[in-house]
Amino acid sequence: MALSMIKDPRIYQIVTLSGLLAFGWTAHAFEIDPIQFAAIVLASCSTQWLGSILIATRPDFKSPLITALSLTLLLRADAVWPLAAAAAIAIGSKFALRLGDKHIFNPANIGIVAMVLFTDAAWTTPGQWGTAVWFAALLAGAGLFVTYRSARFDVPLVFLGVYAALVFGRALWLGDPLAIPLLRLENGALIIFAFFMISDPKTSPDGAIARAAFAGGAALLAYLMIFNFYIADGLFYALAIMCLVRPLLEWADPAPHYRWGDPVAPLRGIRKQKPLTKNSVHPVPAE
Amino acid sequence: MSRSLKKTLFAAASAITAVTLTGGAVAFCGFYVGKADTKLFNKASKVAIMRDGNRTVMTMANDFQGELTEFATVIPVPVVLQEEQIHVTENAILDHLDAYTAPRLVEYFDEDPCVMYQRREMAMMPQAAMTLGSADKMRKKDSLGVTVEAEYTVGEYDIQILLADQSDGLATWLKQNGYKLPDGTEKVLASYIKQGTKFFVAKVNLEEQTATGLKYLRPLQIAFESPKFMLPIRLGTLNADGKQELFAFMLTRTGRVETTNYRTVKLPTGVDIPVYVKNDFGSFYKSMFEQQVEKENERAVFLEYAWDMNWCDPCAADPLSQDELRELGVYWVGGGGDKPGILPRRPMPQARDVYVTRLHISYDADHFPEDLMFKETNDRSNYQGRYVLRHAYKGDAQCDAAEQYRASLPKRFESEAQTLANLTGWDIDDIRDDMNETGQSFEEPKKDSWWKRLWGNDAKEG
Repeated sequence: MALSMIKDPRIYQIVTLSGLLAFGWTAHAFEIDPIQFAAIVLASCSTQWLGSILIATRPDFKSPLITALSLTLLLRADAVWPLAAAAAIAIGSKFALRLGDKHIFNPANIGIVAMVLFTDAAWTTPGQWGTAVWFAALLAGAGLFVTYRSARFDVPLVFLGVYAALVFGRALWLGDPLAIPLLRLENGALIIFAFFMISDPKTSPDGAIARAAFAGGAALLAYLMIFNFYIADGLFYALAIMCLVRPLLEWADPAPHYRWGDPVAPLRGIRKQKPLTKNSVHPVPAE
Repeated sequence: MSRSLKKTLFAAASAITAVTLTGGAVAFCGFYVGKADTKLFNKASKVAIMRDGNRTVMTMANDFQGELTEFATVIPVPVVLQEEQIHVTENAILDHLDAYTAPRLVEYFDEDPCVMYQRREMAMMPQAAMTLGSADKMRKKDSLGVTVEAEYTVGEYDIQILLADQSDGLATWLKQNGYKLPDGTEKVLASYIKQGTKFFVAKVNLEEQTATGLKYLRPLQIAFESPKFMLPIRLGTLNADGKQELFAFMLTRTGRVETTNYRTVKLPTGVDIPVYVKNDFGSFYKSMFEQQVEKENERAVFLEYAWDMNWCDPCAADPLSQDELRELGVYWVGGGGDKPGILPRRPMPQARDVYVTRLHISYDADHFPEDLMFKETNDRSNYQGRYVLRHAYKGDAQCDAAEQYRASLPKRFESEAQTLANLTGWDIDDIRDDMNETGQSFEEPKKDSWWKRLWGNDAKEG
């Protein structure tokens, strides 16, 4: 049991995201009302619990906690309800919006997109991270990669690599000083997004090639929306669009589904899915 | 006019434009506190931006000081502007917006600790002043890949809209027309040209200027539609000698505006500071601002005011009238509605969906390499820069509560001194000295010994 706990990267994510939140809180890097945070956690976990009851499985609260922490870090509102609603939509989408045996959208991502796109009660703050918090987020992300390089954390690297290449390429083409692309990359929301949102193995394709296409496509879409169409929330829309495209990528590069704690699928690795055992960490597709 | 005339590319809202500032005078606007002639921030410029969807109206205060013949400005704009999209307005409106949103000092007087609390408050409001400008003739050239797309005379300005294919062509064109371009201009122009930017060149039409009868240049306004919500500051940083100050006033329908590529930070507010600051609120605010800029590694944009335009509390100036708002581009309010002269301290019944954000940026090329990119949030919570003076009760109160009150004062003064020292970086001992001189003493009040209070009367008799 202890081993499977460590093997599960979600534990690491919960610890580092909590640390980041605590650090940002004490350093006054961002304004988060403890009541709002509590509401997000409560809404995430209760939705998970309700959903688990409806499909008659044992609820696991690791995933909803990660979603809650991501939402707390990335979404803002004047009131409590928009954040609780975002959390409920995020977790609810895992149970309600499914294709085959996987949920379609990245939970925290769809929570943010739904609230930003369809209400005027919440907003994201892409620029509100000081260098210190950005650096802490980067360290946390790098730590995640080093610790779980065997799992599928190639997604953040492909995403950040393609995005950075585009941003630097733009600066070179325009003849701008490199301080400009560096400024754009020194963005806490971007790092959190890359390491803790788009990296979610449950909502990224299982095949290595499809996964690279997924991460690269999200980077390209985000870049186009932000730099060509001046859509400040392009990052989040890009991932939502790629999640819709994902079944197509998976069809082109099929691979067995990821279960929390699994090692990564090897490149071009098309192997038979292992039969589930009683001790499987994550036998329930809804998490 | 002869080419030998030294023309100066100057920033009307120098943030937007300034390529050089070789004229003797330095651009200045910003705000004054207390007395109207106390200049607080040098090299400051003001710009108001109405933004609703893609609709944008930019009002740029013209703070040029110098010979009228020396004034000219180049503003990168996202679209070719027609004559009806360019307008000239009055300084007074921007001054009013400045005063309404300015950081404020309020004071309270402690009540007689033995009597009911009565509070008075006073808002001290900063005021703003504007300055002069001037310009000269230019001739258009073709062979450089520069097209003069349109030429208009609007108010006292002659305006040309330039399209360019090549930055060196545009730079040569500008130089041939007498502009002094600092190093690095071509690179920045090239970047703008590749992004499809057009250039708006304005200079003064001396005849029209004389006809206005004014001694200064009025703010230029442009209205356009573009998904780009930004303020071009890069040209202005090229030859700037030190930092420049920019005040950006955002008028929106939804809520607060913040920058997406720089951090937007709320300044400390609502703090109690020693009462002597009343005599020099200006230096206090300036020191505090500089301290905060340092604290954020000189890379932050500061929020000074974010409020629903319908009211204020306390009011540094009346909210803008509907006519004034319309003049600044707020097209969704009806004109001629309310009259100025009222001080609404609570939301008015007929709300005029206008939210104002005041941003203060102290910038240079090293710390602000990229233009300011903005985002309108849905945040409608109110924020204001507000600094509080609390006058101790000086009357002759005689009761236990009064004794306790007097005993508590030194601690309170010490805390005010420390707050001031933290905010401004001023020496704490100097602060304490100044406080002592102005009646905020740190000495514990003399207290009778406990036995005297216990047996006081008996002892006298005994």
